[in-house]
Formats: sequence, structure tokens, C-alpha cells
Amino acid sequence: MNWAGLYTVLSGVNRHSTAIGRIWLSVIFIFRIMVLVVAAESVWGDEKSAFTCNTQQPGCNSVCYDHFFPISHIRLWALQLILVTTPALLVAMHVAYQQHREKKLLVLTGHADAKHMEEVKKHKMRIAGSLWWTYVCSVVFRLLFEAVFMYIFYMLYPGYQMMRLVKCEAYPCPNTVDCFISRPTEKTIFTVFMLVTSSICIILNMAELVYLVVRACARRSEHHSNPSSGKGSFYGHKHSSEYKQNEINQLLTEQDGSLKDMLRRNSGLQEKGDRCSAC
Amino acid sequence: MDWGALHTILGGVNKHSTSIGKIWLTVLFIFRIMILVVAAEKVWGDEQDDFVCNTLQPGCRNVCYDHFFPISHIRLWALQLIFVSTPALLVAMHVAYRRHEKKKQFRKGDQKCEFRDMEEIRKQRFHIEGSLWWTYTSSIFCRLIFEAVFMYAFYFMYDGFRMPRLMKCSAWPCPNTVDCFVSRPTEKTVFTIFMIAVSSICILLNVAELCYLLTKFFLRRSKKAGNSKQQPNHENKEETKQNEMNELISDSCQNTVIGFSS
Repeated sequence: MNWAGLYTVLSGVNRHSTAIGRIWLSVIFIFRIMVLVVAAESVWGDEKSAFTCNTQQPGCNSVCYDHFFPISHIRLWALQLILVTTPALLVAMHVAYQQHREKKLLVLTGHADAKHMEEVKKHKMRIAGSLWWTYVCSVVFRLLFEAVFMYIFYMLYPGYQMMRLVKCEAYPCPNTVDCFISRPTEKTIFTVFMLVTSSICIILNMAELVYLVVRACARRSEHHSNPSSGKGSFYGHKHSSEYKQNEINQLLTEQDGSLKDMLRRNSGLQEKGDRCSAC
Repeated sequence: MDWGALHTILGGVNKHSTSIGKIWLTVLFIFRIMILVVAAEKVWGDEQDDFVCNTLQPGCRNVCYDHFFPISHIRLWALQLIFVSTPALLVAMHVAYRRHEKKKQFRKGDQKCEFRDMEEIRKQRFHIEGSLWWTYTSSIFCRLIFEAVFMYAFYFMYDGFRMPRLMKCSAWPCPNTVDCFVSRPTEKTVFTIFMIAVSSICILLNVAELCYLLTKFFLRRSKKAGNSKQQPNHENKEETKQNEMNELISDSCQNTVIGFSS
């Protein structure tokens, strides 16, 4: 399992994301993960071997390196990227669960042929109902993780700039010793680059959150002004096969509510209307 | 996520590019990315380990290396290649958006939609016109700007494109002025000049593609103006469709016209 494996896993989620979510995913993979793998890792590759202290005291080098770099930038970024990308898996799990329910429904209504099953697997889920909540939670978690890691970075390496020289007094170094860091300017450039892309990702996440909330409120007000649309307005033809087929088709394209609701609707009972549990 | 994954992502964009765009993509992947990965990275692999200064003063080598190489050539090229290839994703996003609209149209059962099924929509190649033309042209423009910016950054940071053998360093803690020797300077100069040359070829290809798109745009515009003056009725619809088909076949490398019936 490596970055390519993570890419495979998350590409599946991409299909059910909003447009902003897809842009966010592209920025993560191209401007952060790819830059980390092809460039940043080689800059920090010799960080310990080229960390030189002006002393011949054995152990001083190691102790000073450990004192100034409790956790390397590269490892911190790797952890950040993994934690930031994994909330999307919540959405993937929810989508898989909904698809499983739809397949069960198809089996119950006698439409369990290969074509319909394929259609369930391939069609894009609308971000509504409980999926909306899951999606919003995943975006909130992403924001949280990004902010936490940026704060940790700032605490561990104040100012985000890599110094050329650090003065070390830790035992066993005799008195104060000058230690020189390898490639400080290049490291500063990449730190600033990763910081900027992290900020862009935070902005994208916030924009996505605002978009989801606005969309949900708009849908809710549309529903309030037009309550008789869609499901539940068929009384006279409750038991006809066309009515049943309409219900199933509607369920397949809209996927609302729990399985119980679906079955209840399918038996022709009155529907109380599309529930938007968003706002 | 590495260069191979970028190749997969951009391969999809290739389908909607012009012929010059396809050549550009090939030059980018074979003559720049591949050379970077299989050759240049090894040349610069020992750049710090073999950067030797004529002093035993601890720290002097690190400081002098950092002073003369604020960012390594390899990293600059990697960033340049990433930035130069990503505007193509704007085109990919626009195409995906158009495809999504067509699917919506198809699902609603729109009579105007000329596709028989979803597979055709998925496989269709979009003609570079309308808003897609603007997106495509902007992406080429962005590419040009990034290429130019990075070439300037290179020139500015390394005072020309030649790698000297010897550098004189007097940064603290080096005592007085110290001679520092760069590893493999000639090989590095050769590769730097090679990458600059290929970068220039890519700039020329982008400029040519921009001119080609502009010419096509003005030609199409004047043809439309001429057509609308002569025959605004339906009698020439068949001939117009046939003309469009012939144009598409001669314009592009792939035969992508589907759904038209004669």
C-alpha cells in the first residue's frame, strides 16, 4: 500500500463528490502528494547524514538532530495527507451501504437482473438526506485535520523557515556547539509551497461546505413552495404495475430515506414528502 | 502518486487535444519527464555529498552549498513539469462538465440529443469550439507563462545555464575565502542545456498551437458569416453536416464522429 494505492481508493470517491470536491482531490494529489514524492523527499533525504556539528564529540550530532527535529517535515506531511484524505472514505462507505440497499430493493421487487444491478453500481448518488450529513462531516474533519497539522508545524518549527545554523547545548555536547543544517533554503521553499497548497485546500473545503449548506437550504425552500411534486400523489392507481414501476424508477434515481420508507412507498401508501434533513 | 500517475491523468486529456497538443504532450513525457527520471536524477544524485570545499571547518560545506544552490535543478524541473502539465486538467474538467450535461439531456429524453446510448456520450470527442475553445486557449496560455517563468527563474538563479567547476565561498563559518568544487559540472551543463532546448521546443509548440487555434477560430467565424448571408433555410442541412464531417475527419487524427446519420 503506497500513495498509488491511496489514489486508487480515493478515485472511486471522486465520482460522488461535488465539483469543488473533485478540484480539492486534484490539488491534493498533484500539488501535494506528487510534489512530496518526486521532489520534497529527495530534499530531506540526507537531512540526518548531512547535519553537521562543529565538534568531534560522539553522540552530539545525533542528540542535537533529535532535539531540533523531533519529527521530520516529510513524515509530518505524509501523516497530514493520509489523515486529510481518509474522511472521504466515510462517504465511500455510506455510498456502498446505499448501493447495497438499492440492490436489496431490486431483488425484493423482482428486478434483480444484471443490467439493473450494473446500473445501481454505476449511477452517481445524489448528495441528499443522510449522505449529505456524512459528506458534510467528512469535509469538517478534513478542515479540522488540516488546521491541526498546520498548528503542529508552527509549534514545532516556528516561522516555517529553516535556519542554516542552530546552536545546541544538549548533553553530551561540550558547551554550546554550532550545528549546520543541510539545504536550508531549498527546505524553506518547499515548506512555504506545502503551506500555500494546504491553505488553498482549506479554502476549497470551506467553499465546499458553504456550497453544500446553500444547496440544501435552496432545496428545502423549493420543497416547501412545491410540496405536491414527486412521490405520494398517486392515489387512484396505487396498485397498477405502472405506478409500481414509476416508484421503483424514482427510487433508483433519487435514493431517499431508509429501506422501510422505500418499501412503504412501493406498496402505495401516501408519502409525506421529500424530507430534507439538512437545515 | 508519481510521474506514471500524471501520465495516466493527462493521457485522457490527449483525446480532446489538437494534433500539435498531442505532439507537445509526447515531447513533454518522453524528452523531459523521462530524461529527468532516467538520467538527470542520477547526475544530480550526489550533488551535495560530492560538493567538496577546501577546508576542514565543520559547516562550511553545508553553508556554501546552500548559498550557491538555493534550489536544486532537479527540483526546479520537477516543479516546472508539474505546473506546465496541469493546465491541461482545466480542459479535462470542462470536457467532463459537457459530458455531464449531455448525459442529463439524454436522460431527460431530449429529442435534440443525437446519441443512442450513454456509451456513445462517454466515448465522444468534443470539438474545440465555443466555451471549450476559450478554456483550451487559456490552458495553452497558462502553460506558456509557466514555462517562461521557470526559464527566467533558472537564468536568474544560476547566472546563465552553465555549471562552473569551481566556486569561491566566503559565507560564515568558512574562514576567509574558500574554494568549493562542484561534482560533474560538464555533465550537468549538458543536461541543463538539453532541458532548456526541449523547454524552448515546447514553448514553440505552444505558440504554434495558439496560432492554429486562432486561425481556425477566425476561419470558422468568417465561414459562418458567409453561410448565414446566403442560405438560412434547412435545404443545405445535409450538405452542411457532410461538410462538418469531412472537416472533422481531415482536422483530427482520430475518427470521432458518431451519431450522425446521412
